[in-house]
Amino acid sequence: MIKLTRRSFSAMTLAAGAAAALPARAADPFKVGFVYVGPIGDHGWSYQHDQGRLAIEAEFGDKVETSYVESVPEGADAERVITQLARSGHKLIFTTSFGYMNPTAKVAKNFPDVMFEHATGFTRASNLATYAARFYEGRYVAGILAGHVSKTNKVGYIASIPIPEVIRGINAFTLSARKINPAIEVTPIWVNSWYDPGKEADSAKALIDQGADIILQHTDSPAPVQTAEERGVWSVGQASDMAKFGPKSHMTAIIDDWAPYYVERTRQAMAGSWTSGDIWGGFDTGMVKMGDYNSALPEAAVAEAKAAHDAISAGTLHPFTGPIKNQAGETVVADGATLDDGELLGMNWYVEGVNGKVPS
Amino acid sequence: MITLDRRPETSHIWLYATPLLAVFLTVLCGAILFAFLGFDPADALHAYFILPLADQYGLGELTVKATPLAMIAVGLALGFRANVWNIGAEGQLTLGAIFGGGLALAFYGQEGPLLLPAMLIGGMVGGALWAAIPAFLRTRFNANEILVSLMLTYVAGLLLSYLVTGPWKDPMGFGFPQTRLFGEGAILPILLDGTRMHIGFPLALVAVAAAWFIVSRSLFGFQIKVVGLTPPAAGYAGFSGRRIIWATLMIGGALAGLAGAIEVSGPIGQLTPSISPGYGFTAIIVAFLGRLHPVGILLAALLMALSYIGGETAQIELGLPVAVTGVFQGMLLFFLLASDVLVHFRVRFRLRGAGRAA
Amino acid sequence: MDMLILSSVAVSIMAASTPLLFAAMGELVAEKSGVLNLGVEGMMLAGAVLAFIVGLETGSGILAIAAGAAMGALMAALFAVLTLGLLANQVATGLALTLFGIGLSALLGQSYVGTPIPPLPKLSVGGLSDIPLLGPVVFGQDALVYLSFAMTAGVAYFLYRTRAGLVLRSVGENPHAAHSIGFPVIAIRLAAVLFGGAMAGIGGAYMSLSYTPMWAEGMIAGRGWIALALVVFATWRPARILLGAYLFGGLTIAQLHMQGSGQIEIPAQFLNMVPYLATIVVLVLISRDATRIRLNAPASIGKVFHPDG
Repeated sequence: MIKLTRRSFSAMTLAAGAAAALPARAADPFKVGFVYVGPIGDHGWSYQHDQGRLAIEAEFGDKVETSYVESVPEGADAERVITQLARSGHKLIFTTSFGYMNPTAKVAKNFPDVMFEHATGFTRASNLATYAARFYEGRYVAGILAGHVSKTNKVGYIASIPIPEVIRGINAFTLSARKINPAIEVTPIWVNSWYDPGKEADSAKALIDQGADIILQHTDSPAPVQTAEERGVWSVGQASDMAKFGPKSHMTAIIDDWAPYYVERTRQAMAGSWTSGDIWGGFDTGMVKMGDYNSALPEAAVAEAKAAHDAISAGTLHPFTGPIKNQAGETVVADGATLDDGELLGMNWYVEGVNGKVPS
Repeated sequence: MITLDRRPETSHIWLYATPLLAVFLTVLCGAILFAFLGFDPADALHAYFILPLADQYGLGELTVKATPLAMIAVGLALGFRANVWNIGAEGQLTLGAIFGGGLALAFYGQEGPLLLPAMLIGGMVGGALWAAIPAFLRTRFNANEILVSLMLTYVAGLLLSYLVTGPWKDPMGFGFPQTRLFGEGAILPILLDGTRMHIGFPLALVAVAAAWFIVSRSLFGFQIKVVGLTPPAAGYAGFSGRRIIWATLMIGGALAGLAGAIEVSGPIGQLTPSISPGYGFTAIIVAFLGRLHPVGILLAALLMALSYIGGETAQIELGLPVAVTGVFQGMLLFFLLASDVLVHFRVRFRLRGAGRAA
Repeated sequence: MDMLILSSVAVSIMAASTPLLFAAMGELVAEKSGVLNLGVEGMMLAGAVLAFIVGLETGSGILAIAAGAAMGALMAALFAVLTLGLLANQVATGLALTLFGIGLSALLGQSYVGTPIPPLPKLSVGGLSDIPLLGPVVFGQDALVYLSFAMTAGVAYFLYRTRAGLVLRSVGENPHAAHSIGFPVIAIRLAAVLFGGAMAGIGGAYMSLSYTPMWAEGMIAGRGWIALALVVFATWRPARILLGAYLFGGLTIAQLHMQGSGQIEIPAQFLNMVPYLATIVVLVLISRDATRIRLNAPASIGKVFHPDG
C-alpha cells in the first residue's frame, strides 16, 4: 500500500549508499512518531510529511521504527495521540500542524526524555523544537514568472485561512510580480479551508471569470491547477509538483520537502546530539524547492526566476527588502532595509497591489 | 423463507444479548478484514479493545472522549422521542464553546471561584440560544428544524472562525487563529492525577441521571412520549406540541452548549477554529445506539469513544490506516443496529409457501 | 460585469449545482417512499471513488458513471438490508453508512491519490457551442449536466404522472394501507432506496470525473449533507429541488465573486455564511403555509414498516 514516488525513490537510492556505511547494531529500533492533521491520501500537506517519514525509514532501515496517526483533529484528541506515542516508546515525535502547538507543549512537559518537534509553531522548550519552511521564498520566485507572463495584469490567489504565513505568501508574490510589471494586481479569495477540491475549483473559476490569467493557491488540492488548465490560464503547484494535473498551465510548483530535515533530526536524536531550537528553512536548506519550469514560459522569465532562486538561496537576496509600500501607498520598509523574522512571523497587512482587506 | 414475527412483548434476554452478539460479530468480521489487509487479527483486536483500557490513563481518556458524546446524546434523545429532529448539536456545541470561552477571555487575569460555574452556565445559554432559532422558526413559521439546525452548524463554525482570526485572536500569538490560553482559574479541575479525567465526566453522569428521571418519572417525559407516538394526541390531552418542541430543543441545545464549554475549559484550554471532531453528529448515532435510553446512551458513548481511541492505538501499534478504522466502526454500528431486530421480533424459518408471502 | 463573464459564471453555477441536484433528487425519491437515508455523503464518496477507478482503468466515461451509480446503489442496498429487512433505525443507520463510506472510499482509493484523469468530454455541437453567451451554457456541458435535467424531468413525471409513481407516494404516505391493498411495500421501498443510492453515486461520480477530475479522500466535502437539506428545503417537490440546488450553487459562486471583486470589506467568514443563511430565509418564506407542506411531506418518513404494524 506504500506508493513509490519519485521523491521517495531517490531518497531510497541515496539511503542504500548511506546504510552501507553505518555499522550494524543489534539494538531495539529507535521509534519515531508522526501526527498528521489530514489523511496521508490528501496529496497535499500531510502527504508531504509522510514522504518525509518514509525517507527516515529508507535512510535508517531496521534501526528505526516509525509510526503515524493520520486525520487527528486539532482539539482534545491531539494531546491523547501525542501522549500515546510518547508512552509507547517513541523517542522523537513530529507534530505537523499548527493546531497541535499547545497539546505538544503540554505533553512535552510530561515527558522530558522524549524529543518533540512541532511544525509551524512558536512555543519551544528544552525538549520541544519548532520548524517551518519559508514558502514565501518560492512565492517570490513564482511572482517573477507571473510578472513576465500576465497579460490581463490580474492574478487570482486562492487563500486558505487568514494567518501570517498565507498573508506573507501573498505579499512576497505581489512584491516580485510588481517589480517586473507594476500594473499587476493580486486578488485573494479566502475559502476558510485548507482542503476542499470543489470549493478551490469554484474559487479559481470565479477569479478567472474576473479576468485573472494566473492562479496561485495556498490550499492543498490540485483542483485549481486542473481548473486553470481547462480555462487556459497559468497556475502554480502547491506542496508537491502538480504538473501532471495541468501540463500546459503549471508554471512551476512550490514544493515542501521535509525529508532532509526529518532524516537529519532523526540522525541527531539517535546519536544523542539533538538539541531544541527553531529552524525556519528555505531554499538554502532544501525544505522549499521549485518544481520544473514549464517549457512554454519565456526563457528570460525562467532565467530571472532561477537567478532569484539562487540569490535567495545564497542569502544575497531577501524577498522583503525595501522599498515596500502598504496598500495605502505609504512606505513601510525603507529602501534597502529588510523585514526581520519577527516582523515576518506576525505579518498581518497587505503590500501595495493586493486587493481587498486582510480578514481580521 | 425467513420471516419476522413481532413479539408480543420485547425480549429481555435479547435486550441485553444483542449488544454482545453485535460486538462478537464485529470482532469476527473485523478479524477477517484485518487478515485480508495483511494485519494480524489478534494484534489488531488487542490494540483496538484491550490496550486502550489497560491502564488508568487510558480509562481517563475514555471518559474524556465519552463525556461530550453522552452529554449531547441524552439531550438529543429527548427530542428524538418527541419527533423533534435537532441535528445541529454540533453548532450548539460551538456556540456553547464561544459563550463559555468568551467569559474566560473577558475575565482573563481576574478569575474568581465563580468564573468556572459562570462559563458552564454561559455555555448552556449559548447552546440553548442557538437551538432557540430552529425552535422559533419551527413554531412560528413551520420551518423544518432539520434544515435550520444543520445550516446553523455551518454558520456557527464560520462565526467561531471569525472570532478566533479576528477580535479574539491571541495578541501575543503571531497572528495565528486562536485565542490566548485560558487562565488557571478557567480550567476544569482534574479528578485523577496522571489522567485527563475532569469534572465534566461526573457532570455527564448527572445529565444522564436527570434525563433518566425526566423520561421515566416525570409528567414531561410522558408528554414527550405521547407527542412522539401520535402528535395529534397531544392536543386531546390538553398540552401543547409547541411547548414540547421548545423544551426539547432548549434542553438539547443547552446540553450541547455545556459540552462545548466543557471541551474548551477542560482538555483544550483555549478557543481554536476546530473545537469538536464532529461530536454533535456522532452523538446522534450514540443516541440511537443507546436506544434513546439515558443509560443505554452512556454505554453507547463509552463504546463509541473506545472505538475512536482503539483506532488511534491500532494506528500507532500496527500502522493500521485510519480508513480501516472507519470501515471497522461502520461494521460495529451496522451490527448493533441490525441485531436490535431480535429484541422486538422473532425470526422464523419456514418452507417456501408455508408462510405468508412478505 | 460584461455578458461574457455572465455566461461563464452560469457555467460555474451549473457545475456547482449538478452534484447537489443528483444526490438530492435521488434522496427525494427514497423519502417519497417513506425512507430517510442520511448516508448520502457516504454513498457519494463511494460512488466518486469507484467511478474514478473505473474511469482511469478503462478510459470509458460511460462505464465510469455506471460504476459510480452501481457503487452508490450497493451502499444503498446495505442500508436497505438493515432498515427494510432488519428494521433498524433509519436515522442511525444512515449516519453509520456515512461513517462507513468515508472509510471504505479512502481504503479503495488509497493507490489512486494524486493521479489525474482527463475530464468527461464537453458536448460540442458544431458551431452552436461557440455562440457567445448561450453557446457554452446550453451546448457546451458534459453529459452528466444534461442527464441531471433529464433525470429531474423524469422523476417529476414518474412521481406525479404515472401509476407507479402514485403507488410509490402512497407507500410513503401510508404503508399499511398500501400493504393491505396488496402493494409490495418493502420491494417498492427497496427500489426507491436503490435509485437514491445510484443518484448519489452519480453525483459523486460527477465530482471525481468532471468537477475536479481526480480522487482525494473526503472530496465530497459536505455536499451530501447539503443535498439532504435541499430535499427538506424543497418540501419534497422535484421542481423546487432544481431551484434549491441552483440557488445554493449560485449563492456559493456569488459569494466567491463578491470576494474576488476585492471591493467588499466584509470578513470572508460572513460571506461564506451567505448560502446557509439564505437557505434558511427562503425555507422560512416557503414554509409559512403549513398545510401545503403537509401535502408534500411523506407521512411515514423515517418510520420502519412491518406488516403487523
